[in-house]
Amino acid sequence: MAAGEELTLSSHIQHHLTNAKMCTVDGSVAFNKACSEAGFWTWHIDTLAWSIGLGLIFLWIFRSAANKATVGVPGKFQCFIEMIVELVASNVKDTYHGKSKLIAPLALTIFVWVFLMNLMDLIPVDFLPAFAGFVGEQAFGMDSHDVYMKIVPTTDVNLTAALAIGVFILMIGYSIRIKGVLGFIKELTLHPFSSKNVPLQILLIPANLILETIALVAKPFSLALRLFGNLYAGEMIFILIGAIGLMQLPLHFVWAVFHILVIVLQAFVFMMLTIVYLSMASSDNH
Amino acid sequence: MNLNATLLGELIAFAVFVLFCMKFVWPPLNNAIEARQKKIADGLAASDRAEKDLALAQDKAKDQLKEAKAQAAEIIEQAKKREAKMIDEAVHKANAERENILAQAKAELEAERNRLREELRKQVAALAVAGAEKILQRSIDEAAHSDILEKLVQEL
Repeated sequence: MAAGEELTLSSHIQHHLTNAKMCTVDGSVAFNKACSEAGFWTWHIDTLAWSIGLGLIFLWIFRSAANKATVGVPGKFQCFIEMIVELVASNVKDTYHGKSKLIAPLALTIFVWVFLMNLMDLIPVDFLPAFAGFVGEQAFGMDSHDVYMKIVPTTDVNLTAALAIGVFILMIGYSIRIKGVLGFIKELTLHPFSSKNVPLQILLIPANLILETIALVAKPFSLALRLFGNLYAGEMIFILIGAIGLMQLPLHFVWAVFHILVIVLQAFVFMMLTIVYLSMASSDNH
Repeated sequence: MNLNATLLGELIAFAVFVLFCMKFVWPPLNNAIEARQKKIADGLAASDRAEKDLALAQDKAKDQLKEAKAQAAEIIEQAKKREAKMIDEAVHKANAERENILAQAKAELEAERNRLREELRKQVAALAVAGAEKILQRSIDEAAHSDILEKLVQEL
């Protein structure tokens, strides 16, 4: 444990669950605790660095496979990459019936990127934060308690919310592109309660609007919070297990094995729901 | 866990990753997979077709062989028939020839015999006349007795 003996368990956990922050205070760059008053314009630099780094790794791996892709007999690396592409492509083909050049690459990006970010959860919880603390102490003369490092980007609600908002924007965009603005408004106002009687239908519009809007907005919320909640809880349990001494080894093993399932499943679920939501957004029959 | 500017940064990163993936990653990989699938499908179809063609060709070859055998048998049959016919004809012809030759020989023989007989008759007649002349000692009027002599010759 990087934290000293004097640290209590709760402050240890708190330390693990805090992001490294960056902001500007009075025109100069400030970090961590100095940013407590910065409000919205605070950047979680660990989340940003790890997520963008992992995203670049994803793109680099797949791009190098794409560069070497051959129609003839594929190598083992290409086979592996094609397996993932095939998985995503078949799911998209089964679920999304329209024609779109965006859906499949979007699904692939979400699946692999989220998977890689979730995968960071399997690195023992103290390794990288302790290393960061050591570097901070040696290189910058900081107190190692003041160096924060949260290495699983999907345990930061900012990241999951950003993904969900991105999908939400696409949902609205697809709805409007396929059905037109009027069609989109109709969908929000004329269902699920509808009547052939025009005055009655007008009366029903507010109820429809409330229901449909809630249903629409619930989708990005469920996307963001499902991923965040699963990974945050998993991370929390890793931290708790890590705090109980030598007995952690078998427990950690069991939880890590179970967590492999969670990691893949959550990435897959996020991808599948994205495809389903976008296919709902672009289908006309309500 | 309050939301902050990180969200905007991640949103931009997300958009950039998706766009990069859409432009440079997905199309080449997917195209390679689809092209290979098509190639394999074509190959399988071609092998199916080749198999069918082979079976067809084998059937055809068998038919042709059978036909050729039948033809050969027919030709042999015909040749045999013709041989028999030729032999028959030759025998026939030879027989006819023989008959002919025999008939000719017979006719010649007959003619010769007739001629000889005629000659003999004439000689006999002459002899008879000479004999009669001798018997009668004296010359007989040949003209007066020629009808008797003629009768005598006829009777021989």
